[in-house]
Amino acid sequence: MSPPASGPPASGPPASGPPASGPPASGPPASGPDRAEWETVVGLEVHCELKTQTKLFCGCKNAFGDEPNTNVCPVCLGLPGSLPVLNAFAVELAMRIGAALHCEVRPSSFHRKNYFYPDMPKDYQISQYDEPINVGGWLELPDGSRVGIERAHLEEDTGKTTHQGETGRIHAADYALVDYNRAGVPLVEIVSRPDIRSSAQARLYVTELRAVLVATGASDGRMEEGSLRVDANVSVRRAGAGAFGTRCEVKNLNSLRSLGRAIDYEVARQVALVEATGTVVQETRHWDENAGRTVPLRSKEEAFDYRYFPEPDLVPLAPGSDWQERAAGAVGLLPSARRERLAGLLGGAPTPQQVDQVHVVVGQGLDDLIVAAVAQGAPAGLALVRAANELAADIGAALALDAGTFGSVVEMEGRGELTATQAKAVLAELLAAGGGDPAKIAAEKGFEALSEGSLAAVLQGVVEAHPEEWARYSAGEEKLAGFFTGQVMRATGGKADGKAVAAELQRLRQ
Amino acid sequence: MSEPPALGRDDVAHVAGLARLSLSEEELDTFTGQLARVIDHARDVSSLDVHDVPPTAHPLPVRNVLRTDDPCPGLDRGEVLAAAPDVEDNRFKVPRIVGEAP
Ligand SMILES: [Zn+2]
Repeated sequence: MSPPASGPPASGPPASGPPASGPPASGPPASGPDRAEWETVVGLEVHCELKTQTKLFCGCKNAFGDEPNTNVCPVCLGLPGSLPVLNAFAVELAMRIGAALHCEVRPSSFHRKNYFYPDMPKDYQISQYDEPINVGGWLELPDGSRVGIERAHLEEDTGKTTHQGETGRIHAADYALVDYNRAGVPLVEIVSRPDIRSSAQARLYVTELRAVLVATGASDGRMEEGSLRVDANVSVRRAGAGAFGTRCEVKNLNSLRSLGRAIDYEVARQVALVEATGTVVQETRHWDENAGRTVPLRSKEEAFDYRYFPEPDLVPLAPGSDWQERAAGAVGLLPSARRERLAGLLGGAPTPQQVDQVHVVVGQGLDDLIVAAVAQGAPAGLALVRAANELAADIGAALALDAGTFGSVVEMEGRGELTATQAKAVLAELLAAGGGDPAKIAAEKGFEALSEGSLAAVLQGVVEAHPEEWARYSAGEEKLAGFFTGQVMRATGGKADGKAVAAELQRLRQ
Repeated sequence: MSEPPALGRDDVAHVAGLARLSLSEEELDTFTGQLARVIDHARDVSSLDVHDVPPTAHPLPVRNVLRTDDPCPGLDRGEVLAAAPDVEDNRFKVPRIVGEAP
């Protein structure tokens, strides 16, 4: 279920003219079905659930995955006589996001967006309308292009509706079940300018924005849990044309893959429509991931008349400059600086694989663990590999892991006390148990270190037992290295490190 | 400032529809007359010269009413669901929804 559409930018005509700030986005070359004479124009609305303890207007817990309807109170259930009170930390996080996106913080106010739908028991959603907290700004993407930010405003999330019926499809549902734990959870909606020119650039924008939201501490960035949701406004125009074409808003984009596919589909559909009929109908469409297409949403015209009016139960918000500065100061290192910091630790030119790994760990907020591990003496390259693979596979547990513990495992592997396989097993155990003593876990698993001396001794024994093979290996028959490694592994019960064996073999042969 | 068009019966029917109110023909006539008088009053106010008066977002001279981000216990689920018209799997059971959330 997608959240209600955003405020005015979604319902007004497409913005025109160049971005207010920053150079126009050039972006990567268009991908997908674009034809040379057509240009793709995309603006994105990203809804980000804030990582607060409580909801936006009441003290109910903001938690994902709790038992249905256990985090509810008179305010978020819309019971008569209840009054909302704004969560200061949600305001703080909204200002951090604004600062990271180079927005201006303005005095703001709240409106009621009225609609009848059971995901909001009040029959309205409290949102910021004509006076959002953050206005104007931009996000620079790793490819150097810039996407303008129109606004980033505060609003409350809706409850979670599950449609029940034979097929599970909305239109075929017999009835619906509603859980109000999510109703009232704080959101910041980030509305980009229509500066995005391809599906690839749209994915890059969301990836980078997610990394920014994680870095500021505002979001956990989990698209799969719905804490980050994206709607795309897509239109096409002839290359070189000044005016934008008629756009469609595409909802239900639950992953980067969906986002890219939906934009490519929508562009091809609109180009075909304009070429055949000369026009596109402005409408909201739903992305069907299984069918790989967008379909129009059935909606009565009047469903979009939200009758916005000022929320009389909330007074205006005007954070003072001292608070704004504190929030901006809490932003910390942004993803680009975090990537540079890791590149510095790796030294030299990173391999393409390392560049990918750096993006993964920064995007998931795992880079602080690597920095701490390196500071403690662990090799940077190895720490990066373990973070990008083993830690990234269980983010929630990894972020709760003590930095020193992770560093110790990488150090042990770096010193050859653990093989790669053993280090992975120890990390898995630590993540599953929520921490522990790596040396103790290694000992319990029987991963005692095989010292260099004992490895040499084992290898010597193996060589003496197979003189014929050794003579052939010494004469340059490289494939026998595998034979000797296998023999050593058998003799040590798999405790030897493959790389160490290879090095020892080379040494013995010389 | 240009004069907004006079309020018609169709406008009242539209607004009633948005608020999910079903009005009889007679009620439509009554409310069209009453709402027109309310709007006339607003028109009187908008005829005043207020160019040097700052816009007011709220009648109280108060800003930044905030609470700290501390959880407090909500309602007992049993009590909450007892007020629901129908319940399944500890969730509110509601009629089939036509279309999507707006
Ligand atoms: Zn509540």
